[in-house]
Amino acid sequence: MATPVLDKAEAEAQAASPYITVTFRVRRFNPEVSGEAVWEDFQLEIDPKERVLDGLHKIKWELDGTLTFRRSCAHGICGSDAMRINGKNRLACKTLIKDINPEKPITVEPIKGLTVLKDLVVDMEPFFQAYRDVMPFLITKETNEPTRERLQSAEDRERFDDTTKCILCAACTSSCPVFWNDGQYFGPAAIVNAHRFIFDSRDEAGEQRLEILNDKDGVWRCRTTFNCTDACPRGIEVTKAIAEVKRALITRRF
Amino acid sequence: MSTTETTAAGIGPVEGAAVYNVDNPAPVIEAPRKRTRKTPKSTRGNFELYGWLFMRLSGVVLVVLVLGHLLIQLVLDGGVSKIGFAFVAGRWASPFWQLWDLAMLWLAMLHGCNGLRTVVNDYAERANTRLWLKALLYTATVFTILLGTLVIFTFDPNIR
Repeated sequence: MATPVLDKAEAEAQAASPYITVTFRVRRFNPEVSGEAVWEDFQLEIDPKERVLDGLHKIKWELDGTLTFRRSCAHGICGSDAMRINGKNRLACKTLIKDINPEKPITVEPIKGLTVLKDLVVDMEPFFQAYRDVMPFLITKETNEPTRERLQSAEDRERFDDTTKCILCAACTSSCPVFWNDGQYFGPAAIVNAHRFIFDSRDEAGEQRLEILNDKDGVWRCRTTFNCTDACPRGIEVTKAIAEVKRALITRRF
Repeated sequence: MSTTETTAAGIGPVEGAAVYNVDNPAPVIEAPRKRTRKTPKSTRGNFELYGWLFMRLSGVVLVVLVLGHLLIQLVLDGGVSKIGFAFVAGRWASPFWQLWDLAMLWLAMLHGCNGLRTVVNDYAERANTRLWLKALLYTATVFTILLGTLVIFTFDPNIR
């Protein structure tokens, strides 16, 4: 048993230093060294109120400069640093260490279903190909340049408000079991971005986009596992958006 | 020192020796069936839509048909011990039960076939694997449906 004096000293020491020791277990892959991906542990002294991204920065800046990952704005807007943290797709810049049980090692892996190029960096090209394939831009039939802005009622804007929040981080698509097995599936992110224009009253190519998503690799491959909704760092109801596209396809047909 | 290196080169990589380097990087593991610019575009068919709808509608009908079937066969009137040739012959004497069993056969087989088709589509990576698994699936489905239909319509209670 420690004396009361020691207890007090310990408490003071803890109050003075917010730092705790956290183990980061990072999935490393460097094709220039080995063909095998391996787990590597890093011990960090870090404030649990900091984010996983801060931990990765600390590793890269102070422990091992070869650690490779994407990040740009570091504030949850650019969508560069989606990764699989403790087995769940999240943005490293929006995940606080205290929220993911720092007593145990924190595992950090690249997102699944896309080719790993180095450490946490994956080839996003198939993801963006699916995005391009749904034509994520305004299409109107009038050929003349408009002379004033395209007005829209607040209700019409509200219809697709949820899907405008997408930052294309690929957390949803790379959490989808159908996408893991068959990358030909458009994936939740592409469908979300199609939804954003299909239900926009100003857009006139909804029919075309519905036709694209009616394909064998389109919305009908969705198994409603809700992985995408759970993974979305922006809180978009992804599965609901996919269901709305399904409903639009059925009501269009019947 | 030098002898170790020559043996190592002769028998391939040994533990600790670097096989891959900057000029000779390891191959990355490609995802199966990636979407590329060459991925075929829309086929403009509604097959997947009908397939999806069929699964939902047949599922609802099958809940009634199958649970009713199980209730009659296994629970009511003495349970499973009553089932015999005579029991089946007695039920199939009525066109209602013939129709019931026919609907159950077709819906369950097509429902299961479509379900397995989506499983094959999801999990079989190579084009040839897909082709053969689906060929096997469709053959088994058609055979079972045709045989079952034949039996329901040509059933002879006086057969010896």
